[in-house]
Amino acid sequence: MPRDFLKGARDRYDVVVIGAGLAGLTAANTLGRAGRSVLLLEQHYKLGGMATWFKRPGGHIFDISLHGFPYGMVKSCRRYWTAEIADSIVQLKGIRFDNPMFSLTTTFNREDFSKLLIERFQIQPQVVNEFFDAARGMNFYDDQQATTRELFDRFFPGREDVIRLLMEPITYANGSTLEDPAISYGIVFSNFMSKGVFTFQGGTDRLIQLMEAELRRNGVDVRINANVERIDCTGGRVRSVTVNGRTIEAGAVLSNANLKHTIFSLVGEQHFDRSFVDDARAVRLNNSSTQVYMALKADDLLDESTGDLLFSSTAPVFRTELLLSRNITSRTYSFYYPRTRPQGRPRCLIVSSTNARYEDWAHLPEEEYQASKRDLCETTLDALDKYVPNVRQRVDHVEASTPRTFQHYTQHLAGASFGTKFEGLAVSRAIPQQIQGLYHAGSVGIIMSGWLGAMNYGVIVANEVDNGLMKLSTD
Amino acid sequence: MTRDQIRDEVLDILRDIAPDEDLSQLKDDQSFREQLELDSMDFLDIVMELRKRHRIQIPEDDYMNLRSMDSTVAYLEPLMKDIEKV
Ligand SMILES: Cc1cc2nc3c(=O)[nH]c(=O)nc-3n(C[C@H](O)[C@H](O)[C@H](O)COP(=O)(O)OP(=O)(O)OC[C@H]3O[C@@H](n4cnc5c(N)ncnc54)[C@H](O)[C@@H]3O)c2cc1C
Repeated sequence: MPRDFLKGARDRYDVVVIGAGLAGLTAANTLGRAGRSVLLLEQHYKLGGMATWFKRPGGHIFDISLHGFPYGMVKSCRRYWTAEIADSIVQLKGIRFDNPMFSLTTTFNREDFSKLLIERFQIQPQVVNEFFDAARGMNFYDDQQATTRELFDRFFPGREDVIRLLMEPITYANGSTLEDPAISYGIVFSNFMSKGVFTFQGGTDRLIQLMEAELRRNGVDVRINANVERIDCTGGRVRSVTVNGRTIEAGAVLSNANLKHTIFSLVGEQHFDRSFVDDARAVRLNNSSTQVYMALKADDLLDESTGDLLFSSTAPVFRTELLLSRNITSRTYSFYYPRTRPQGRPRCLIVSSTNARYEDWAHLPEEEYQASKRDLCETTLDALDKYVPNVRQRVDHVEASTPRTFQHYTQHLAGASFGTKFEGLAVSRAIPQQIQGLYHAGSVGIIMSGWLGAMNYGVIVANEVDNGLMKLSTD
Repeated sequence: MTRDQIRDEVLDILRDIAPDEDLSQLKDDQSFREQLELDSMDFLDIVMELRKRHRIQIPEDDYMNLRSMDSTVAYLEPLMKDIEKV
Protein backbone atom coordinates (compact mmCIF):
# COMPACT_ATOMS: atom_id res chain seq x y z
CA MET A 1 0.00 0.00 0.00
CA PRO A 2 1.31 3.50 -0.76
CA ARG A 3 2.18 5.55 2.25
CA ASP A 4 -0.65 7.74 3.57
CA PHE A 5 0.72 11.26 3.74
CA LEU A 6 -2.48 12.47 5.38
CA LYS A 7 -2.41 9.96 8.19
CA GLY A 8 -3.89 11.48 11.33
CA ALA A 9 -5.14 14.59 9.55
CA ARG A 10 -8.47 15.87 10.83
CA ASP A 11 -11.64 16.03 8.77
CA ARG A 12 -12.00 19.76 9.23
CA TYR A 13 -9.76 22.79 9.76
CA ASP A 14 -10.42 26.49 10.07
CA VAL A 15 -8.10 27.02 7.11
CA VAL A 16 -6.57 24.83 4.45
CA VAL A 17 -3.56 26.39 2.73
CA ILE A 18 -2.72 24.85 -0.65
CA GLY A 19 0.96 25.16 -1.48
CA ALA A 20 4.02 25.75 0.67
CA GLY A 21 5.72 28.51 -1.32
CA LEU A 22 6.82 31.53 0.72
CA ALA A 23 3.33 33.04 0.47
CA GLY A 24 1.62 29.83 1.62
CA LEU A 25 4.15 29.20 4.39
CA THR A 26 3.90 32.73 5.75
CA ALA A 27 0.11 32.80 5.56
CA ALA A 28 -0.08 29.45 7.36
CA ASN A 29 2.25 30.67 10.08
CA THR A 30 0.35 33.93 10.56
CA LEU A 31 -2.96 32.08 10.84
CA GLY A 32 -1.50 29.45 13.15
CA ARG A 33 -0.26 32.19 15.44
CA ALA A 34 -3.65 33.83 15.36
CA GLY A 35 -4.99 30.62 16.91
CA ARG A 36 -6.59 29.11 13.83
CA SER A 37 -6.38 25.41 13.08
CA VAL A 38 -4.40 25.25 9.84
CA LEU A 39 -3.63 22.44 7.41
CA LEU A 40 -0.82 23.19 4.96
CA LEU A 41 -0.78 20.93 1.89
CA GLU A 42 2.20 20.74 -0.45
CA GLN A 43 2.27 18.48 -3.47
CA HIS A 44 6.07 18.29 -3.66
CA TYR A 45 8.19 16.35 -1.19
CA LYS A 46 9.78 19.57 0.06
CA LEU A 47 8.42 22.82 1.42
CA GLY A 48 9.44 26.15 -0.09
CA GLY A 49 8.08 26.14 -3.64
CA MET A 50 10.46 28.15 -5.82
CA ALA A 51 12.46 28.91 -2.69
CA THR A 52 14.26 25.62 -3.01
CA TRP A 53 17.59 23.83 -3.33
CA PHE A 54 18.96 20.50 -4.41
CA LYS A 55 21.91 18.35 -3.43
CA ARG A 56 24.37 16.60 -5.68
CA PRO A 57 27.12 14.04 -5.03
CA GLY A 58 30.30 15.60 -3.75
CA GLY A 59 28.47 17.59 -1.08
CA HIS A 60 27.22 20.33 -3.38
CA ILE A 61 24.04 22.18 -2.53
CA PHE A 62 22.55 24.47 -5.16
CA ASP A 63 20.04 27.23 -4.42
CA ILE A 64 17.46 27.99 -7.09
CA SER A 65 16.14 31.41 -6.14
CA LEU A 66 18.60 32.73 -3.58
CA HIS A 67 20.23 35.40 -5.72
CA GLY A 68 19.21 38.35 -3.63
CA PHE A 69 16.27 40.10 -2.05
CA PRO A 70 15.67 43.55 -0.55
CA TYR A 71 16.35 44.56 3.03
CA GLY A 72 12.62 44.53 3.79
CA MET A 73 13.00 40.78 4.32
CA VAL A 74 14.65 41.46 7.68
CA LYS A 75 11.59 43.19 9.04
CA SER A 76 9.16 40.70 7.54
CA CYS A 77 11.11 37.71 8.81
CA ARG A 78 11.39 39.19 12.28
CA ARG A 79 7.74 39.98 12.45
CA TYR A 80 6.13 37.02 10.72
CA TRP A 81 8.78 34.37 11.47
CA THR A 82 11.52 34.45 14.08
CA ALA A 83 14.45 36.56 15.21
CA GLU A 84 16.77 33.69 14.30
CA ILE A 85 15.60 33.79 10.70
CA ALA A 86 15.83 37.58 10.52
CA ASP A 87 19.30 37.58 12.04
CA SER A 88 20.61 35.24 9.35
CA ILE A 89 20.06 37.81 6.61
CA VAL A 90 23.29 39.36 5.35
CA GLN A 91 24.20 41.83 2.65
CA LEU A 92 25.76 40.98 -0.72
CA LYS A 93 28.09 43.85 -1.45
CA GLY A 94 29.64 42.95 -4.78
CA ILE A 95 27.09 43.59 -7.51
CA ARG A 96 28.70 43.81 -10.94
CA PHE A 97 27.63 44.79 -14.43
CA ASP A 98 29.57 43.88 -17.53
CA ASN A 99 28.19 44.70 -20.98
CA PRO A 100 29.32 46.54 -24.11
CA MET A 101 28.06 49.83 -22.65
CA PHE A 102 29.73 49.72 -19.23
CA SER A 103 31.51 47.59 -16.63
CA LEU A 104 31.18 48.51 -12.99
CA THR A 105 30.79 47.24 -9.42
CA THR A 106 28.25 48.66 -6.98
CA THR A 107 26.60 47.99 -3.65
CA PHE A 108 23.27 48.53 -5.42
CA ASN A 109 21.75 51.08 -3.09
CA ARG A 110 20.53 54.62 -3.55
CA GLU A 111 23.69 56.23 -2.30
CA ASP A 112 26.03 54.31 -4.55
CA PHE A 113 23.72 54.43 -7.54
CA SER A 114 23.36 58.20 -7.19
CA LYS A 115 27.11 58.53 -7.17
CA LEU A 116 27.44 56.36 -10.26
CA LEU A 117 24.71 58.18 -12.14
CA ILE A 118 26.19 61.56 -11.35
CA GLU A 119 29.91 60.89 -11.69
CA ARG A 120 30.05 58.19 -14.27
CA PHE A 121 26.91 58.70 -16.32
CA GLN A 122 27.05 62.50 -15.96
CA ILE A 123 23.43 62.96 -14.93
CA GLN A 124 22.52 66.15 -13.05
CA PRO A 125 22.27 65.46 -9.29
CA GLN A 126 18.84 67.07 -9.18
CA VAL A 127 17.52 64.74 -11.89
CA VAL A 128 18.91 61.72 -10.07
CA ASN A 129 17.23 62.80 -6.85
CA GLU A 130 13.95 63.46 -8.54
CA PHE A 131 14.05 60.08 -10.22
CA PHE A 132 14.64 58.23 -6.95
CA ASP A 133 11.89 60.19 -5.24
CA ALA A 134 9.48 59.56 -8.10
CA ALA A 135 10.21 55.83 -8.02
CA ARG A 136 9.83 55.66 -4.27
CA GLY A 137 6.73 57.80 -4.15
CA MET A 138 4.77 55.49 -6.44
CA ASN A 139 1.82 53.78 -4.92
CA PHE A 140 -1.27 52.01 -5.87
CA TYR A 141 -3.43 55.04 -6.33
CA ASP A 142 -1.12 56.42 -8.96
CA ASP A 143 -1.68 56.27 -12.62
CA GLN A 144 -1.28 52.65 -13.59
CA GLN A 145 -1.17 53.40 -17.29
CA ALA A 146 2.29 54.95 -17.45
CA THR A 147 4.91 52.40 -18.47
CA THR A 148 8.40 51.95 -17.12
CA ARG A 149 9.73 53.09 -20.49
CA GLU A 150 7.82 56.37 -20.09
CA LEU A 151 9.23 56.82 -16.59
CA PHE A 152 12.77 56.47 -17.90
CA ASP A 153 12.11 58.72 -20.89
CA ARG A 154 10.87 61.42 -18.55
CA PHE A 155 14.15 61.48 -16.59
CA PHE A 156 16.78 60.07 -18.91
CA PRO A 157 15.67 60.64 -22.51
CA GLY A 158 17.90 58.92 -25.05
CA ARG A 159 20.10 57.37 -22.37
CA GLU A 160 20.00 53.68 -23.25
CA ASP A 161 22.99 53.06 -21.00
CA VAL A 162 21.24 54.51 -17.95
CA ILE A 163 18.10 52.56 -18.72
CA ARG A 164 20.15 49.42 -18.90
CA LEU A 165 21.73 50.06 -15.51
CA LEU A 166 18.37 50.74 -13.91
CA MET A 167 16.31 48.09 -15.64
CA GLU A 168 18.42 45.00 -16.31
CA PRO A 169 18.64 43.85 -12.66
CA ILE A 170 14.91 44.31 -12.13
CA THR A 171 14.10 42.38 -15.27
CA TYR A 172 16.11 39.55 -13.79
CA ALA A 173 14.55 39.96 -10.39
CA ASN A 174 10.96 39.64 -11.55
CA GLY A 175 10.70 39.37 -15.31
CA SER A 176 9.25 42.84 -15.70
CA THR A 177 9.90 44.78 -18.87
CA LEU A 178 9.91 48.36 -20.11
CA GLU A 179 6.32 47.83 -21.25
CA ASP A 180 5.05 46.96 -17.75
CA PRO A 181 3.48 49.64 -15.52
CA ALA A 182 5.99 52.07 -14.02
CA ILE A 183 4.48 51.49 -10.59
CA SER A 184 5.60 47.86 -10.57
CA TYR A 185 9.12 48.95 -11.42
CA GLY A 186 9.11 51.81 -8.93
CA ILE A 187 8.08 49.69 -5.97
CA VAL A 188 10.52 46.84 -6.60
CA PHE A 189 13.44 49.10 -7.54
CA SER A 190 12.94 51.27 -4.46
CA ASN A 191 12.77 48.21 -2.23
CA PHE A 192 16.24 47.21 -3.40
CA MET A 193 17.64 50.74 -3.40
CA SER A 194 16.76 51.32 0.24
CA LYS A 195 19.76 49.32 1.44
CA GLY A 196 21.03 47.00 -1.27
CA VAL A 197 20.85 43.28 -1.95
CA PHE A 198 20.65 40.64 0.78
CA THR A 199 20.92 36.88 1.10
CA PHE A 200 20.25 34.18 3.65
CA GLN A 201 23.20 32.74 5.50
CA GLY A 202 23.03 28.97 5.61
CA GLY A 203 21.17 28.71 2.32
CA THR A 204 17.57 28.05 1.37
CA ASP A 205 17.59 24.63 3.04
CA ARG A 206 18.31 26.19 6.41
CA LEU A 207 15.66 28.87 5.95
CA ILE A 208 12.96 26.36 5.10
CA GLN A 209 14.00 24.09 7.94
CA LEU A 210 13.68 26.98 10.43
CA MET A 211 10.32 27.92 8.96
CA GLU A 212 9.03 24.38 9.27
CA ALA A 213 10.03 24.25 12.92
CA GLU A 214 8.23 27.53 13.57
CA LEU A 215 5.10 26.33 11.78
CA ARG A 216 5.00 23.28 14.00
CA ARG A 217 5.49 25.42 17.10
CA ASN A 218 2.44 27.37 16.02
CA GLY A 219 0.41 24.21 15.65
CA VAL A 220 0.18 24.14 11.86
CA ASP A 221 -0.43 20.66 10.45
CA VAL A 222 2.12 20.42 7.63
CA ARG A 223 1.82 17.74 4.94
CA ILE A 224 4.05 17.08 1.97
CA ASN A 225 3.28 14.85 -1.02
CA ALA A 226 -0.27 16.11 -0.67
CA ASN A 227 -1.59 17.11 -4.05
CA VAL A 228 -4.85 19.03 -3.96
CA GLU A 229 -6.95 17.88 -6.87
CA ARG A 230 -9.96 20.09 -6.32
CA ILE A 231 -11.36 22.93 -4.27
CA ASP A 232 -15.00 22.13 -3.66
CA CYS A 233 -17.47 25.00 -3.72
CA THR A 234 -21.24 25.03 -3.49
CA GLY A 235 -23.72 27.87 -3.20
CA GLY A 236 -21.03 30.51 -3.70
CA ARG A 237 -19.01 29.30 -0.72
CA VAL A 238 -15.94 27.15 -0.33
CA ARG A 239 -16.61 23.87 1.49
CA SER A 240 -13.64 21.55 1.29
CA VAL A 241 -10.62 20.39 -0.67
CA THR A 242 -10.02 17.02 -2.25
CA VAL A 243 -6.47 15.89 -1.61
CA ASN A 244 -4.91 12.49 -2.29
CA GLY A 245 -8.46 11.21 -2.72
CA ARG A 246 -9.63 12.49 0.67
CA THR A 247 -12.09 15.30 1.35
CA ILE A 248 -11.18 17.77 4.07
CA GLU A 249 -13.57 20.52 5.10
CA ALA A 250 -12.46 24.06 5.76
CA GLY A 251 -13.88 27.37 6.89
CA ALA A 252 -11.54 29.03 4.43
CA VAL A 253 -9.21 27.86 1.68
CA LEU A 254 -6.13 29.85 0.73
CA SER A 255 -4.49 28.78 -2.51
CA ASN A 256 -0.81 29.48 -3.07
CA ALA A 257 -0.95 27.55 -6.34
CA ASN A 258 -0.65 29.50 -9.55
CA LEU A 259 -3.52 31.99 -9.91
CA LYS A 260 -4.86 30.59 -13.18
CA HIS A 261 -4.39 27.02 -12.04
CA THR A 262 -6.44 27.86 -8.95
CA ILE A 263 -9.31 29.41 -10.89
CA PHE A 264 -9.49 27.16 -13.93
CA SER A 265 -8.31 23.78 -12.66
CA LEU A 266 -8.76 23.57 -8.91
CA VAL A 267 -12.09 25.43 -8.67
CA GLY A 268 -13.50 25.47 -12.19
CA GLU A 269 -14.72 28.50 -14.09
CA GLN A 270 -18.42 27.61 -13.70
CA HIS A 271 -18.19 28.85 -10.11
CA PHE A 272 -17.25 32.41 -11.10
CA ASP A 273 -19.00 35.32 -12.83
CA ARG A 274 -18.57 35.61 -16.56
CA SER A 275 -16.76 38.93 -16.39
CA PHE A 276 -14.42 37.65 -13.70
CA VAL A 277 -13.58 34.63 -15.84
CA ASP A 278 -12.82 36.94 -18.75
CA ASP A 279 -10.50 39.01 -16.59
CA ALA A 280 -8.82 35.89 -15.23
CA ARG A 281 -8.31 34.48 -18.67
CA ALA A 282 -6.72 37.72 -19.82
CA VAL A 283 -4.07 37.61 -17.08
CA ARG A 284 -0.65 37.22 -18.64
CA LEU A 285 1.85 34.93 -16.98
CA ASN A 286 5.36 36.09 -16.40
CA ASN A 287 8.25 34.51 -18.22
CA SER A 288 10.11 31.44 -17.05
CA SER A 289 13.83 30.79 -16.63
CA THR A 290 16.74 28.58 -17.46
CA GLN A 291 19.57 27.99 -15.06
CA VAL A 292 22.94 26.31 -15.19
CA TYR A 293 24.35 25.05 -11.90
CA MET A 294 28.11 24.70 -11.62
CA ALA A 295 30.06 23.47 -8.61
CA LEU A 296 33.80 23.99 -8.39
CA LYS A 297 35.83 21.19 -6.88
CA ALA A 298 36.06 21.38 -3.09
CA ASP A 299 38.81 23.72 -1.84
CA ASP A 300 39.07 25.50 -5.21
CA LEU A 301 38.18 28.98 -4.03
CA LEU A 302 37.02 31.85 -6.18
CA ASP A 303 38.50 35.23 -5.52
CA GLU A 304 35.84 37.31 -3.79
CA SER A 305 36.49 40.15 -6.22
CA THR A 306 34.55 38.04 -8.71
CA GLY A 307 31.53 39.51 -6.94
CA ASP A 308 28.27 38.09 -5.66
CA LEU A 309 25.97 38.91 -8.52
CA LEU A 310 27.08 39.69 -12.03
CA PHE A 311 24.77 40.99 -14.73
CA SER A 312 26.61 40.14 -17.89
CA SER A 313 25.60 40.71 -21.46
CA THR A 314 27.18 40.74 -24.89
CA ALA A 315 24.18 42.45 -26.48
CA PRO A 316 25.03 45.96 -27.69
CA VAL A 317 21.81 47.39 -26.26
CA PHE A 318 19.26 46.33 -23.67
CA ARG A 319 16.08 44.82 -25.14
CA THR A 320 13.54 42.67 -23.36
CA GLU A 321 13.17 40.46 -26.40
CA LEU A 322 16.86 39.67 -26.36
CA LEU A 323 16.67 38.63 -22.73
CA LEU A 324 14.06 35.99 -23.47
CA SER A 325 15.60 34.59 -26.61
CA ARG A 326 17.03 31.10 -26.65
CA ASN A 327 19.98 32.65 -28.40
CA ILE A 328 21.36 33.79 -25.06
CA THR A 329 23.34 37.00 -24.88
CA SER A 330 22.64 37.94 -21.27
CA ARG A 331 23.28 35.92 -18.16
CA THR A 332 23.12 36.70 -14.48
CA TYR A 333 25.67 34.84 -12.42
CA SER A 334 25.35 34.26 -8.72
CA PHE A 335 28.62 33.36 -7.07
CA TYR A 336 28.37 31.46 -3.80
CA TYR A 337 31.37 31.42 -1.50
CA PRO A 338 32.00 29.16 1.49
CA ARG A 339 30.52 31.88 3.71
CA THR A 340 27.02 30.99 2.46
CA ARG A 341 27.30 27.52 3.99
CA PRO A 342 30.21 27.67 6.39
CA GLN A 343 29.80 24.05 7.49
CA GLY A 344 31.79 21.30 5.71
CA ARG A 345 34.66 21.62 3.24
CA PRO A 346 34.99 25.04 1.60
CA ARG A 347 33.16 25.10 -1.72
CA CYS A 348 32.28 27.65 -4.36
CA LEU A 349 29.29 27.40 -6.65
CA ILE A 350 28.02 29.40 -9.56
CA VAL A 351 24.47 29.58 -10.83
CA SER A 352 23.84 31.21 -14.17
CA SER A 353 20.27 32.37 -14.82
CA THR A 354 18.50 33.64 -17.90
CA ASN A 355 14.92 34.58 -18.50
CA ALA A 356 13.23 32.24 -20.95
CA ARG A 357 9.97 31.49 -22.71
CA TYR A 358 8.14 28.28 -21.91
CA GLU A 359 6.96 27.88 -25.52
CA ASP A 360 10.55 27.69 -26.69
CA TRP A 361 11.17 24.60 -24.61
CA ALA A 362 7.80 22.94 -24.07
CA HIS A 363 7.44 20.94 -27.22
CA LEU A 364 10.97 19.90 -28.06
CA PRO A 365 11.22 16.16 -28.72
CA GLU A 366 13.10 14.42 -25.91
CA GLU A 367 16.35 14.02 -27.78
CA GLU A 368 16.43 17.62 -28.92
CA TYR A 369 15.49 18.74 -25.43
CA GLN A 370 18.41 16.86 -23.89
CA ALA A 371 20.75 18.22 -26.57
CA SER A 372 19.53 21.76 -25.90
CA LYS A 373 20.21 21.34 -22.20
CA ARG A 374 23.73 20.14 -22.94
CA ASP A 375 24.22 23.06 -25.28
CA LEU A 376 23.01 25.41 -22.54
CA CYS A 377 25.67 24.01 -20.18
CA GLU A 378 28.42 24.23 -22.77
CA THR A 379 27.71 27.77 -23.94
CA THR A 380 27.42 28.92 -20.33
CA LEU A 381 30.81 27.47 -19.45
CA ASP A 382 32.26 29.24 -22.49
CA ALA A 383 30.76 32.56 -21.45
CA LEU A 384 31.78 32.16 -17.82
CA ASP A 385 35.42 31.58 -18.66
CA LYS A 386 35.86 35.34 -18.97
CA TYR A 387 35.07 35.74 -15.27
CA VAL A 388 36.26 32.38 -13.92
CA PRO A 389 39.36 31.44 -15.88
CA ASN A 390 39.63 27.75 -16.83
CA VAL A 391 36.22 27.10 -15.37
CA ARG A 392 35.79 24.00 -17.52
CA GLN A 393 38.71 22.31 -15.79
CA ARG A 394 37.63 23.50 -12.38
CA VAL A 395 34.05 22.26 -12.27
CA ASP A 396 33.01 19.11 -10.49
CA HIS A 397 29.36 19.13 -11.45
CA VAL A 398 27.31 20.93 -14.14
CA GLU A 399 23.63 20.67 -14.97
CA ALA A 400 20.82 22.76 -16.38
CA SER A 401 17.18 23.44 -15.67
CA THR A 402 14.66 24.80 -18.14
CA PRO A 403 11.11 26.17 -18.08
CA ARG A 404 10.00 22.54 -18.14
CA THR A 405 11.86 21.85 -14.92
CA PHE A 406 10.18 24.75 -13.13
CA GLN A 407 6.79 23.69 -14.39
CA HIS A 408 7.39 20.14 -13.25
CA TYR A 409 8.31 20.99 -9.69
CA THR A 410 5.79 23.71 -8.87
CA GLN A 411 2.92 23.00 -11.26
CA HIS A 412 3.10 26.62 -12.33
CA LEU A 413 1.50 27.02 -15.71
CA ALA A 414 4.18 27.59 -18.31
CA GLY A 415 6.81 27.29 -15.58
CA ALA A 416 6.24 30.95 -14.72
CA SER A 417 9.10 32.02 -12.47
CA PHE A 418 7.57 35.22 -11.20
CA GLY A 419 3.82 34.68 -11.24
CA THR A 420 1.71 36.99 -13.36
CA LYS A 421 1.87 40.41 -14.91
CA PHE A 422 0.33 43.39 -13.15
CA GLU A 423 -3.34 42.60 -13.90
CA GLY A 424 -3.05 39.32 -11.95
CA LEU A 425 -3.09 41.19 -8.64
CA ALA A 426 -6.61 42.57 -9.10
CA VAL A 427 -7.91 39.13 -10.11
CA SER A 428 -6.22 37.50 -7.11
CA ARG A 429 -7.71 40.13 -4.78
CA ALA A 430 -11.22 39.72 -6.24
CA ILE A 431 -11.51 35.98 -5.62
CA PRO A 432 -13.11 36.23 -2.14
CA GLN A 433 -15.88 38.39 -3.60
CA GLN A 434 -16.61 35.63 -6.08
CA ILE A 435 -16.52 32.69 -3.71
CA GLN A 436 -16.93 33.22 0.01
CA GLY A 437 -14.06 31.76 1.98
CA LEU A 438 -11.75 31.30 -0.99
CA TYR A 439 -8.50 33.27 -1.16
CA HIS A 440 -5.36 33.35 -3.26
CA ALA A 441 -1.86 34.45 -2.26
CA GLY A 442 1.32 34.04 -4.21
CA SER A 443 3.40 35.74 -6.85
CA VAL A 444 1.10 38.03 -8.78
CA GLY A 445 1.21 41.47 -10.26
CA ILE A 446 5.02 41.73 -10.25
CA ILE A 447 5.03 43.67 -6.98
CA MET A 448 3.86 40.65 -5.01
CA SER A 449 6.49 38.37 -6.45
CA GLY A 450 9.97 37.55 -5.29
CA TRP A 451 10.68 36.30 -1.79
CA LEU A 452 9.65 39.53 -0.08
CA GLY A 453 6.58 40.17 -2.21
CA ALA A 454 5.31 36.61 -1.82
CA MET A 455 5.85 36.63 1.94
CA ASN A 456 4.14 39.96 2.49
CA TYR A 457 1.25 39.01 0.25
CA GLY A 458 0.83 35.87 2.34
CA VAL A 459 0.43 38.07 5.43
CA ILE A 460 -1.96 40.48 3.72
CA VAL A 461 -4.24 37.64 2.67
CA ALA A 462 -3.91 35.78 5.99
CA ASN A 463 -5.26 38.94 7.63
CA GLU A 464 -8.31 38.80 5.38
CA VAL A 465 -8.81 35.10 6.04
CA ASP A 466 -8.71 35.66 9.78
CA ASN A 467 -11.14 38.55 9.48
CA GLY A 468 -13.45 36.47 7.31
CA LEU A 469 -13.40 33.57 9.77
CA MET A 470 -14.25 35.88 12.63
CA LYS A 471 -17.20 37.29 10.69
CA LEU A 472 -18.33 33.77 9.90
CA SER A 473 -18.38 32.87 13.59
CA THR A 474 -20.26 36.01 14.66
CA ASP A 475 -22.86 35.86 11.87
CA MET B 1 -12.17 51.36 27.62
CA THR B 2 -11.89 55.09 27.89
CA ARG B 3 -10.27 57.22 25.20
CA ASP B 4 -7.07 57.38 27.24
CA GLN B 5 -6.97 53.63 27.70
CA ILE B 6 -7.52 53.11 23.99
CA ARG B 7 -4.70 55.51 23.28
CA ASP B 8 -2.41 53.57 25.63
CA GLU B 9 -3.35 50.36 23.90
CA VAL B 10 -2.52 51.77 20.45
CA LEU B 11 0.78 53.06 21.80
CA ASP B 12 1.56 49.64 23.16
CA ILE B 13 0.95 48.09 19.75
CA LEU B 14 3.06 50.76 18.08
CA ARG B 15 5.90 50.02 20.49
CA ASP B 16 5.90 46.41 19.31
CA ILE B 17 5.75 47.36 15.65
CA ALA B 18 8.28 50.16 15.69
CA PRO B 19 10.66 49.25 18.53
CA ASP B 20 13.28 51.73 17.35
CA GLU B 21 11.00 54.78 17.38
CA ASP B 22 10.70 57.28 20.20
CA LEU B 23 6.97 57.50 20.79
CA SER B 24 7.08 59.96 23.67
CA GLN B 25 7.07 62.92 21.27
CA LEU B 26 4.19 61.63 19.15
CA LYS B 27 1.75 64.40 18.20
CA ASP B 28 -1.77 63.03 18.23
CA ASP B 29 -3.16 65.31 15.57
CA GLN B 30 -0.42 64.59 13.03
CA SER B 31 -0.31 61.56 10.80
CA PHE B 32 1.74 58.59 11.95
CA ARG B 33 3.49 58.47 8.60
CA GLU B 34 4.84 62.00 8.98
CA GLN B 35 6.35 61.15 12.35
CA LEU B 36 7.28 57.48 12.19
CA GLU B 37 8.74 55.26 9.53
CA LEU B 38 5.65 53.18 8.95
CA ASP B 39 4.78 51.41 5.72
CA SER B 40 1.58 49.72 4.65
CA MET B 41 2.64 46.41 6.20
CA ASP B 42 2.98 48.19 9.54
CA PHE B 43 -0.58 49.46 9.35
CA LEU B 44 -1.73 45.95 8.52
CA ASP B 45 0.08 44.71 11.61
CA ILE B 46 -1.81 47.25 13.74
CA VAL B 47 -5.08 45.91 12.33
CA MET B 48 -4.05 42.29 12.97
CA GLU B 49 -2.95 43.06 16.49
CA LEU B 50 -6.20 44.81 17.36
CA ARG B 51 -8.11 41.80 16.11
CA LYS B 52 -5.94 39.40 18.02
CA ARG B 53 -6.10 41.31 21.28
CA HIS B 54 -9.67 42.56 21.20
CA ARG B 55 -11.46 40.78 18.37
CA ILE B 56 -12.03 44.05 16.60
CA GLN B 57 -12.70 43.79 12.90
CA ILE B 58 -11.51 46.64 10.72
CA PRO B 59 -12.54 46.36 7.07
CA GLU B 60 -9.99 47.44 4.52
CA ASP B 61 -12.06 50.46 3.52
CA ASP B 62 -11.67 51.80 7.04
CA TYR B 63 -7.87 51.60 7.20
CA MET B 64 -7.64 55.30 6.39
CA ASN B 65 -9.08 56.00 9.83
CA LEU B 66 -5.77 54.89 11.26
CA ARG B 67 -3.98 57.96 9.91
CA SER B 68 -3.16 59.66 13.20
CA MET B 69 -3.58 58.91 16.87
CA ASP B 70 -6.60 61.21 17.10
CA SER B 71 -8.39 59.64 14.16
CA THR B 72 -7.52 56.14 15.33
CA VAL B 73 -8.87 56.69 18.83
CA ALA B 74 -12.01 58.36 17.46
CA TYR B 75 -12.58 55.40 15.15
CA LEU B 76 -11.91 52.78 17.83
CA GLU B 77 -13.91 54.41 20.62
CA PRO B 78 -17.35 53.05 19.65
CA LEU B 79 -15.80 49.66 18.89
CA MET B 80 -13.90 49.41 22.16
CA LYS B 81 -16.07 51.23 24.67
CA ASP B 82 -17.52 47.96 26.02
CA ILE B 83 -14.16 46.22 26.27
CA GLU B 84 -12.73 45.97 29.77
CA LYS B 85 -9.19 47.13 30.27
CA VAL B 86 -7.10 44.19 31.50
C1 LIG C 1 15.00 30.77 -11.27
C2 LIG C 1 14.38 31.70 -10.29
C3 LIG C 1 15.14 32.62 -9.60
C4 LIG C 1 14.58 33.49 -8.67
N1 LIG C 1 15.39 34.33 -7.96
C5 LIG C 1 14.86 35.11 -6.99
C6 LIG C 1 15.69 35.92 -6.17
O1 LIG C 1 16.91 35.92 -6.30
N2 LIG C 1 15.12 36.69 -5.22
C7 LIG C 1 13.77 36.71 -5.03
O2 LIG C 1 13.31 37.43 -4.15
N3 LIG C 1 12.96 35.95 -5.78
C8 LIG C 1 13.47 35.13 -6.75
N4 LIG C 1 12.65 34.35 -7.51
C9 LIG C 1 11.20 34.45 -7.33
C10 LIG C 1 10.74 33.79 -6.06
O3 LIG C 1 11.40 32.57 -5.87
C11 LIG C 1 9.25 33.54 -6.14
O4 LIG C 1 8.58 34.74 -6.50
C12 LIG C 1 8.66 33.07 -4.81
O5 LIG C 1 9.46 32.09 -4.20
C13 LIG C 1 7.29 32.54 -5.10
O6 LIG C 1 6.60 32.18 -3.95
P1 LIG C 1 5.07 31.82 -4.03
O7 LIG C 1 4.61 31.63 -2.65
O8 LIG C 1 4.36 32.80 -4.86
O9 LIG C 1 4.89 30.49 -4.85
P2 LIG C 1 5.74 29.19 -5.20
O10 LIG C 1 7.07 29.23 -4.63
O11 LIG C 1 5.59 28.99 -6.63
O12 LIG C 1 4.93 28.06 -4.43
C14 LIG C 1 3.73 27.50 -4.83
C15 LIG C 1 3.64 26.15 -4.16
O13 LIG C 1 2.36 25.57 -4.37
C16 LIG C 1 2.53 24.18 -4.58
N5 LIG C 1 1.35 23.70 -5.29
C17 LIG C 1 0.90 24.06 -6.52
N6 LIG C 1 -0.22 23.39 -6.83
C18 LIG C 1 -0.51 22.60 -5.77
C19 LIG C 1 -1.56 21.67 -5.49
N7 LIG C 1 -2.56 21.45 -6.37
N8 LIG C 1 -1.56 21.00 -4.30
C20 LIG C 1 -0.56 21.22 -3.39
N9 LIG C 1 0.45 22.09 -3.61
C21 LIG C 1 0.48 22.77 -4.78
C22 LIG C 1 3.79 24.11 -5.40
O14 LIG C 1 4.36 22.83 -5.40
C23 LIG C 1 4.65 25.15 -4.69
O15 LIG C 1 5.37 24.60 -3.62
C24 LIG C 1 13.20 33.46 -8.45
C25 LIG C 1 12.41 32.52 -9.13
C26 LIG C 1 12.98 31.65 -10.03
C27 LIG C 1 12.13 30.64 -10.71
